[in-house]
Amino acid sequence: MRVLLDVLPHPIKRFALLTVPLGLAGCEGGLSALAPAGPVAADIAWLWWAMLAGATLLTLLVVVLLVLAFGPPRAVSDRRWTHGLGLWFSLGILTSVLIAGLWVGERILPRDDGAVEVEAHAYQWGWRFTQPGADGPVETDGVLHIPANRPVDVLVTTEDVIHAFWVPRLAGKIDAIPGRINRLRLQADVPGTLSGTCAEFCGIGHAGMRFEVIVHADEDWPDALAAATGGADE
Amino acid sequence: MSEAKFVPEIAPNPPQRALALHRQLDRVWANGPGLWGQITAVNHTTLGLRFMGTALIFFAIGGILAMLIRAQLATPQGAFLDTDLYNQFFTMHGSIMMFLFAIPMLEGLAIYMLPKILGTRDMAFPRLTALGYWCYLFGGLILLIALFAGVAPRDGWFMYTPLSSATYSPGINADVWLLGITFVEISAICAAVEITVTILRQRAPGMKLTQMPLLAWYMLGTSAMMLVGFPPLILGSILLEVERAFDWPFFDVARGGDPLLWQHLFWLFGHPEVYIIFLPAAGVLSTIIPVLCRTTIVGYGAIVAAIVALVFLSFGLWVHHMFTVGIPHMALAFFSAASVLVAVPTAVQVFAWIGTMWKGQPQLRLPMLHVLGFFLTFVMGGLTGVMLAIVPFNWQAHDTAFVTAHLHYVLIGGFVFPMMAAATYWMPQITGRAPIKGLGAAAFWVILIGFHGTFFIMHLTGLMGMPRRIDVYPANPEWTWLNLTSSIFGFVMTIGFALFALDLILQALMGRRTARNPWRAPTLEWAMLLPTPSYTFASLPLPQQQDAQARLTLARGEGALPGAARGVRELLVTDAGTARPDHVAVLPGNSALPLGLAAAIGLFVLMMLAGLYWLTLPALALVAALVWRWGRGMAFTRDHAPVTVAPGLDLPVQCHTPMTLSHTGAVCLLVANGTLFASLLFGVGFLSVVAPGWPAPPPGHGGVAEAWMIGATLVALVFGAFAVRLADRARRSGAGMLAGAGAGAGFVSNLVALALIAWLAGTALDDPTGHARDALRGVLAGYVGLHAFIVTGFAAFAFDQARRGEIAPSRPGSLPGWRLWQDYTAATALIAAAIVLWQGGAA
Ligand code: HEM
Ligand SMILES: [Cu+2]
Ligand SMILES: [Cu+2]
Repeated sequence: MRVLLDVLPHPIKRFALLTVPLGLAGCEGGLSALAPAGPVAADIAWLWWAMLAGATLLTLLVVVLLVLAFGPPRAVSDRRWTHGLGLWFSLGILTSVLIAGLWVGERILPRDDGAVEVEAHAYQWGWRFTQPGADGPVETDGVLHIPANRPVDVLVTTEDVIHAFWVPRLAGKIDAIPGRINRLRLQADVPGTLSGTCAEFCGIGHAGMRFEVIVHADEDWPDALAAATGGADE
Repeated sequence: MSEAKFVPEIAPNPPQRALALHRQLDRVWANGPGLWGQITAVNHTTLGLRFMGTALIFFAIGGILAMLIRAQLATPQGAFLDTDLYNQFFTMHGSIMMFLFAIPMLEGLAIYMLPKILGTRDMAFPRLTALGYWCYLFGGLILLIALFAGVAPRDGWFMYTPLSSATYSPGINADVWLLGITFVEISAICAAVEITVTILRQRAPGMKLTQMPLLAWYMLGTSAMMLVGFPPLILGSILLEVERAFDWPFFDVARGGDPLLWQHLFWLFGHPEVYIIFLPAAGVLSTIIPVLCRTTIVGYGAIVAAIVALVFLSFGLWVHHMFTVGIPHMALAFFSAASVLVAVPTAVQVFAWIGTMWKGQPQLRLPMLHVLGFFLTFVMGGLTGVMLAIVPFNWQAHDTAFVTAHLHYVLIGGFVFPMMAAATYWMPQITGRAPIKGLGAAAFWVILIGFHGTFFIMHLTGLMGMPRRIDVYPANPEWTWLNLTSSIFGFVMTIGFALFALDLILQALMGRRTARNPWRAPTLEWAMLLPTPSYTFASLPLPQQQDAQARLTLARGEGALPGAARGVRELLVTDAGTARPDHVAVLPGNSALPLGLAAAIGLFVLMMLAGLYWLTLPALALVAALVWRWGRGMAFTRDHAPVTVAPGLDLPVQCHTPMTLSHTGAVCLLVANGTLFASLLFGVGFLSVVAPGWPAPPPGHGGVAEAWMIGATLVALVFGAFAVRLADRARRSGAGMLAGAGAGAGFVSNLVALALIAWLAGTALDDPTGHARDALRGVLAGYVGLHAFIVTGFAAFAFDQARRGEIAPSRPGSLPGWRLWQDYTAATALIAAAIVLWQGGAA
């Protein structure tokens, strides 16, 4: 059932997820990029379903052409195959995919809009996060707190090797590179708990380099952060 | 090719007795008897098969590792491997499949096929073929031994730093990769040089570039890409090894390095690598499909254009492997567009092939099954490739099982299926035996089902969040059924490969004798005895004989240059564009030198691995001595009379002409070398512009004295360039003494340059472990120093030749080669000096 849920297109799933009491949602959806829980991941999921449909049609086209090839010999025009199909047809399809990609890419880019800024600091093998609390930054280990329904920029750094920050249900991934600060935009639709993982191979502890993202209701932020972290920042 | 125009100037030779010709030729061209004969063999048929056979063994080993990986992933807790071992296994699986299976396999195919389809007798540099093989074998063995000793590389096949640095990967695991793979890469460079020269200069007379079989075009594209693609990786590996061994911080951010430099260098190689692997496979398809459809290819010109486009485009896409490293978004858009665009030339080829099938009457014989397997698999892999080129989607799918699925669709679809088609198609040519009915088709279906069962759902596994390179997933039971399915079908696929291997073995051992040209193919590899004789063609195909039909004519010596009357290995060298006959090349015979040289290089590698850095010097001295011997083996001691190639066509032997095979080879090698140097310059530029730890602290040294020293070095090297010209002019006017004096003067001035560089490196460099700038200066000095050493050797060799009287008005000897390298050395030294000065502070 869960599996089925993961591969369904996203509006159907959003509906299905809504039927689950929110408090109990837990890490529902696991690490699936096909179960988006925010607009960035949702845009990318849509892009995927569209590309999958196109790719399926193209594969079918090739299969049909191959099957038909087993008929009797035919007079063919070289140019129709190499230029017509090879060049113009493929160029047309590729251009439209590219435009869709650039359009989505533009939508999910971080921009100057007063997004909440949190920091994710990777090390072998774990994550330290810093969130802006009511009075000063709050540090947490292995759990990232963010508000729902607000754009959040994650500033990703590392203290040793390369890692990658990835919460598939919220957005794509970005690498943590020594000497650099990388910025990733994400946004969560509803409060709940999501999972994240390191996606770049980083040695023995790579498989276990997981973390959680707790999404708090927008109106409770940043008080919920203080409560959740035990008011560690008083 | 059948459409080759009749060129009336070359008349056929009179027919002779085929058997007598065969005996005469075989005596000259055959390998020696017994094991020693195998060790000293330089013949392309022998070595091509040996390359491919060895590659198949590595494929089996890589496959066993894949099965261990799949067994581990079948359940969330992983059955039996600990993480360290698992990491070694996937790293070795990827590295073996790419560097020890795919590349050597295509090299072997090129080496085996090219002389046969071009109508010549061997590759341009037979000893180089053998050297390449031994380097491949020894490098591969080093990796295998490390695997069995439990110290195999474990940082993934792209070895990202800083994970692969001395800090995070202590021990020799990473060194095994860097040194072993670089050792193997020597064979790639050797093969690339040879393939290029053979295609450009050894086509049968009158076989214009625009008429040569498509396979040769594909191989030319491949070799060009190898010449330019491998040097960045070789440079990167050298830098990383130097960082690990001597702590020079090229990739350490704290000291002006940058781990992204490694990624750029790796993928500057790594992306073209994909096309290096695909192009030969596509060449096979372009050869087989028309034959099995009883027609000619659709769109020859469009396909050639597509190859050329791929060669250029594929060097502009490497950043698509780095979309998640945090790249400015304009650059993302650019590389995304370029990556999407590269699908166009691929589509042109795919549709040309399908069009060919429409035009002809496809026969569903065994190779055709594999061709169909290719279409289905590769098209899907190409489509997921386009998806991955779309940046937002890439951010989700990157580094997940989706990518693992994609890359296997491309590699197995685009390389393994075509290679299986090739194997089933050419087995009769190789063994002279016909296939056994039934088994091959069964193997095909099992492989096809096993493959798609394994990898199709892995797309889904990846989208459901499974990262690649993990050994357990206890928190994600939802991935279990997917992984279990993949694992089960993985074993099905393995059974299929085993059946396929069995089929080949049975065919080789028990097949009936085949018809001489079972597929009724037009290409020249069928215009010879089966199995292939050592000399391939008893006489070389003239324009009207460039077709499989010409078998008897050629065997009777009616083509050019029949037999081996002079008792040496001769072939015809033609000019690059029109294939007009230019001269006759005498090739070296069987030799143990390639084995010796590879062993000496191996000694150097082992000393590096053991950390016995001082002992690398004697190993290098041995290498230099053997290279000298190698050169001596090519020296001509006397004038040779022109050779009658065909009635009324007398051609000089290579010692009397300037544009020899060696000359073209040297140019190719310098292209590769120049790319290595350019990669180094890219590194200097990249670090000084992009890396965080710049500008570097002001240099501690750097006075007027050092500037003078640098200037003096340049003067000495430029003087060497004058000396070689002087020597050549003297040689031409018959002043042998003066030529010797010129060589001597060049030797002395190069030696002075070498000493000056050594002195500068010893006293005027800042501590290279302090900052990347100083480390890079050290490398520049080392590069120029190495070249000063090489040209010193060239000058000494020329001096020795002059002393022996081997340089004469009609014979330039080693002077043209020396001149080429001397100019190159002077030019790179100038650039290196300019960089040091531009960075501020002399030395
Ligand atoms: C024989 C059937 C094969 C199977 C079952 C197989 C299976 C696998 C699996 C499961 C992985 C992923 C390990 C991981 O990241 O978790 C992998 C990685 C890889 N495979 Fe294969 N493979 C096969 C053949 C090939 C071939 C023919 C090639 C290349 C010509 C190839 C190239 C690679 C590469 C480059 C990697 C990436 C290694 C890395 O991440 O460092 N594989 N393979
Ligand atoms: Cu990791
Ligand atoms: Cu690529």
